[in-house]
Amino acid sequence: MDTILRIDMGAPGGPKASTEPVGKYAGLGGRGMTSMIVADEVDPLCHPLSAANKLVFAPGLLAGTAASTSGRLSVGCKSPLTGGIKEANAGGQAGMALGRLGYAAIIVEGQPPGDDLWKILINKEGVSFSVDNSCRGLGNYDTVAKLSKIHGEKCAYMTIGQAGEMKLLASSIACTDRELHPTRHMGRGGVGAVMGAKKIKAIVVDDTGTAPPQSKDPSAFKTAAKAWVEGLKRHAVTGQALPAFGTNVLTNVLNEAGGYPTFNFKQGQFAGASKISGEAQAQLETDRGGLATHGCQRGCTIQCSGIFHGKDGKYVTKQPEYETVWSHGGNCGIDDLDAIAQLDRMDDDFGLDTIEMGVTIGVAMEAGVVKFGDAQGAIRLLGEVGKGTPLGRVLGSGAGVTGKVFGVERVPVVKNQAIPAYDPRAVQGIGVTYATSTMGADHTAGYAVATNILKVGGFVDPLKPEGQVDLSRNLQIATAAVDSTGMCLFIAFAVLDQPDTFQNLLDLLNAHYGLALTGDDVVALGKKVLSAERSFNARAGFTVQDDRLPRFFEQEPVAPHQATFTVKPEELDTVFNW
Amino acid sequence: MQVTVKLFATFRTGRFDIAQVEHPAGTTVGGIVDALGIPREEIGILMVSGRHADLNERPAPGDTVAIFPMVGGG
Repeated sequence: MDTILRIDMGAPGGPKASTEPVGKYAGLGGRGMTSMIVADEVDPLCHPLSAANKLVFAPGLLAGTAASTSGRLSVGCKSPLTGGIKEANAGGQAGMALGRLGYAAIIVEGQPPGDDLWKILINKEGVSFSVDNSCRGLGNYDTVAKLSKIHGEKCAYMTIGQAGEMKLLASSIACTDRELHPTRHMGRGGVGAVMGAKKIKAIVVDDTGTAPPQSKDPSAFKTAAKAWVEGLKRHAVTGQALPAFGTNVLTNVLNEAGGYPTFNFKQGQFAGASKISGEAQAQLETDRGGLATHGCQRGCTIQCSGIFHGKDGKYVTKQPEYETVWSHGGNCGIDDLDAIAQLDRMDDDFGLDTIEMGVTIGVAMEAGVVKFGDAQGAIRLLGEVGKGTPLGRVLGSGAGVTGKVFGVERVPVVKNQAIPAYDPRAVQGIGVTYATSTMGADHTAGYAVATNILKVGGFVDPLKPEGQVDLSRNLQIATAAVDSTGMCLFIAFAVLDQPDTFQNLLDLLNAHYGLALTGDDVVALGKKVLSAERSFNARAGFTVQDDRLPRFFEQEPVAPHQATFTVKPEELDTVFNW
Repeated sequence: MQVTVKLFATFRTGRFDIAQVEHPAGTTVGGIVDALGIPREEIGILMVSGRHADLNERPAPGDTVAIFPMVGGG
């Protein structure tokens, strides 16, 4: 993990690769790596789809090792959706494969002339490029099926679907899971469009013939890795609830708390919630011969995912996540798990962010394009995106654009990125994170839901403004640090509640790299990453006025609590004071 | 008094999803939990009619008591 791979797609005579030492970026992984490089190297005023933007991939610090749940892969760039800095990350197999190949980061820059699409193969011999137009216009499923016939089933595939090729603002980059399904997406902010602008259809990562990265202190690493798994298994969330019910266990919780945005954020509870809850979903998956417990990558002990089969008992998609079940389900008034699974499959295939697309369809429903609750109508609209019709291109450009095109006032976005599955009026801490995150509305950037609703890491009353700024600040710092290790964020449930498990994480990093990190160093790392991201956004033109929720959250009370968002703007401006 | 009790995730196993339950007036949430045979240390979240509550809270007749084990996602 001491090498950075630099790929110039616009080099004279065709794309070229070179390597350089990790240098000043040593000790950074995941989001820490992508954000520091983007902040250093990308002109904040560049057009996100121009040759001047860069697409930076970074596995976690422990990627490819035996440490459980360490294989998230981050991608960073200037976002075409928000116009600010972006980091998106995914599970799947690619992160671990890049770790075994020894790459701390891959920086993709420039833009090739012409219309040809390129395929990049990375293996232990190095990097090779080829023009490959055979997958042009194909979705991620067909693309991976075609490529895996050539490169085999042991590679990890990172691909874009039609949405990325069309450079749509909601487009994602897909990573394959253990079964070679392109179901794990670096989803948010239009990262697929940046890959499409660089004319890359696929990156094939082949780690054949490589060994796991060697630890400086193998014996200490082994001990820490064992304790780490034990800690994750011991906690009720990472050891029981997530494996059994997946992320969608939250549907009933948020609905009960009145924080489940329904009918495009018009109400906080959905009458059909129990039909699409994690409990109902797990039962349906088991009944149809799918799986309610499944890991998106090798070696993860949490196994929060699953496999969703249709009525015919055949594979449709991976277990749709809570965010997806909400965005395409409750947010659109749809209470049909089969329709939601179909929409999830289409998002994965076209290469689209499920949060952005569900919220976008909700906005289109508000405009009357189709009616709330019309599942077939929603499937038809999403189909337009895959086909690239003019309507589809509008929808594929996200909720903000769609709201403007159809003249809708209630458009739930911050920095033009769709707000996820927690109403900020009934969960005020997450509202602070939505408003102030460098990423645009992003629940993962500082998951105050844990403390507001789930009573993990303490309790702060979700309906009151008091304490929310401090909560969001601390979580945003901790999250930036966790994201920089490349660990899956779900470890935070165990790490927040169990001091010995937090220590195990430090022990893993210290044993692997020969360091002596403490908790204070982790906090300092989180602040450093956030400061670099804030600096990029300021240079891109963002001001404090961009750190605000849409006005309707302050003005329209949401049932059942009749709550409005009451954290004051001047308090929001203190989130990054430390 | 009658209250609506909702159980979630693993707490449903061998019990129910939703039921109308009769308790003497003034029964605490803790008393309702105990009557269901749910070990108190396994409880993650308690809500009475959509608001977080603790074991000492006394629901009013007609309230909904929601009982969750520790859960998370995102």
